[in-house]
Amino acid sequence: MNGFSATRVWAVLIKEFKQLTRDRLTYAMILALPVIQLLLFGYAINSEPRHLPTAVLVQEDSVFARSILTSLKNSAYFDLVAQAHTPTELDAMIRRGDVQFAITIPGDFTRRVARGDKAQILVEADATDPSATGSAVAALSALPSQALAADLKGALAAKGRSQPAFEVVVHRRYNPEAVTAYNIVPGLLGVILSMTLVMMTSLSVTRETERGTMESLLATPVEPIEVMIGKLAPYVLVGVAQAVIILAIAKLLFHVPMMGGWIGLTLGVTLFIVGSLALGFLISTAARSQLQAMQMSFFYIMPSLLLSGFMFPFRGMPAWAQAIGQMIPVTHFLRVVRGALLKGQSLSDMWRELLALLAFVCVVTALAMARYRRTLD
Amino acid sequence: MTLAIDVHGLNKSFGDKHVVQDVSIQVEHGRICGFLGPNGSGKTTTLRMLCGLLTPDSGAGTCLDLDIIGQANAIKRQTGYMTQKFSLYEDLTLEENLMFSARVHELDHRKDRVIHALKRLGLVERRGQLAGTLSGGWKQRLAHATATLHEPKLLLLDEPTAGVDPKARRTFWDEIHALSAEGLTVLVSTHYMDEAERCHEIAYIAYGRLIARGTADQVVARSNLVTFNGEGPGIDRLSGELAARPGVEMAAPFGAALHVSGSDRAALEAAIAPYRREPFRWTEVDPTLEDVFIQLMEGAEDNFR
Repeated sequence: MNGFSATRVWAVLIKEFKQLTRDRLTYAMILALPVIQLLLFGYAINSEPRHLPTAVLVQEDSVFARSILTSLKNSAYFDLVAQAHTPTELDAMIRRGDVQFAITIPGDFTRRVARGDKAQILVEADATDPSATGSAVAALSALPSQALAADLKGALAAKGRSQPAFEVVVHRRYNPEAVTAYNIVPGLLGVILSMTLVMMTSLSVTRETERGTMESLLATPVEPIEVMIGKLAPYVLVGVAQAVIILAIAKLLFHVPMMGGWIGLTLGVTLFIVGSLALGFLISTAARSQLQAMQMSFFYIMPSLLLSGFMFPFRGMPAWAQAIGQMIPVTHFLRVVRGALLKGQSLSDMWRELLALLAFVCVVTALAMARYRRTLD
Repeated sequence: MTLAIDVHGLNKSFGDKHVVQDVSIQVEHGRICGFLGPNGSGKTTTLRMLCGLLTPDSGAGTCLDLDIIGQANAIKRQTGYMTQKFSLYEDLTLEENLMFSARVHELDHRKDRVIHALKRLGLVERRGQLAGTLSGGWKQRLAHATATLHEPKLLLLDEPTAGVDPKARRTFWDEIHALSAEGLTVLVSTHYMDEAERCHEIAYIAYGRLIARGTADQVVARSNLVTFNGEGPGIDRLSGELAARPGVEMAAPFGAALHVSGSDRAALEAAIAPYRREPFRWTEVDPTLEDVFIQLMEGAEDNFR
């Protein structure tokens, strides 16, 4: 029996602490990253979004219509950003995701209010993400009793008091029952793909450096782009297999609607897989150890979860956070997946998101090639 | 005779450490050049600069008539480089490692070449074994086979026989000589004196500077070292005492004998004069390569500080 020796504990402790101080960069990251993340996400995340982009189709130019629009604006939930001229135009805006709400004030609105004949306005909400629209829809309930209060005079005023002057009809489009899974499961496709793919390739070059095989590899005539393509290709297959499995489960177990948009979805999945792998490769050219590579991957994955619109409504974030979110490929991929599956978007609706993903692939590949060291310098 | 390696004034620093200083090396085609020097003297760095793994801070030259800076990739095609530390894929089998090398070099008849290389190694039966499970000597042989699979014209070997048993070392050197006879140029770093003597010529580097070059005999002759061999009971115990005397640059026991060397004959004679008595017997001998190298090393150290 050796007993317990405080000196031996001390010996291990001192050794460990010395080794810790030798790897300053890694531990600087361990201390700095939580602070950055705390500030970033603390200020960025808002689960009750206001100032949601709203398009209106006003089929009559009247005092009442203007009052309703003013009242909507004053609620702070709706920002009137576009004026549609036809129902088709309005429909396209909400399908593309340009706006969160589409409001129609019909041509006979004033007449019906005056006659007390079931006057209605139509509010269509893009409910793919139920949490993004929830509070705004709730705020609509106060609209009928307040919006026209100042305009209803004389005989009409009495009518307004006894019952609301008009009714707000809300259509929750694309996810009428507000099923969270319809929004989350397609989102998980993006999150799961980036978690596994970025991490897998982020270890690939650092592993060669750590094991010493990099020296042999660099002594061969192999070119950087050949290394990159060769290293990423097997993982593309892994990514495609994951995507197929996740989509199958989404359909079979979660009954996520699949409205079409298969060409766009396929393109989007492919670009996203390649982009995530290329990003992992870029990380692995910058990291000096596998531990650092893991940390950098996590640093990427956190905002992918929180700033992409996966967990919290994208439009709820302040402008600077949205700008960061736009740089994250998951943001664009989520729009492609949700757009294709829930809205049946065609290529013409989602080309901007696909272009953003393509740009990401190109920029990251170029950076990785610039960073990849052909020598041991 | 044309030169396979012809580099001048190579310099390389890491941080504030000047690891290689003004090193120039010329090696003729088909020759085996031994690259010697103490640990940390810049041998590995020089080899890496020759095969394009490191970029020299200054200096220029050619390997196989290709510029070492501008045409590094063309050099890599015709060069075999064997690293000091085993750097093949431990999680691939022997055959897979060789096959990878064959494909990366775009060789034809890959299957045949790999099988042939495995046969020469005597490892055909174990070709499915993972490289990581091989013992040190076999790893070295596999690394050697991989480095020569693409029939390079230049072979750079970084301490290829460290930790390898004498028989395997003998086999290894027989192979090197056979390849050299076919026209392969070899630059091999080593710490073993017997290996240095097996080279056509040697280059000695210490503290980043090349301080001796030539055949083993030339290096010994140029050193102007005088060595006395002392024999007699207990003489090996006197090494410390003798080493401290003026004129003695080095005193080292060799078994029961003692080698005492110095570059000034008169001073050395004076130093051992008190010990020229029974039971000791002194004879002048040719200095060994090792005597010369230790002297070179100590001299270089003085210059360096």
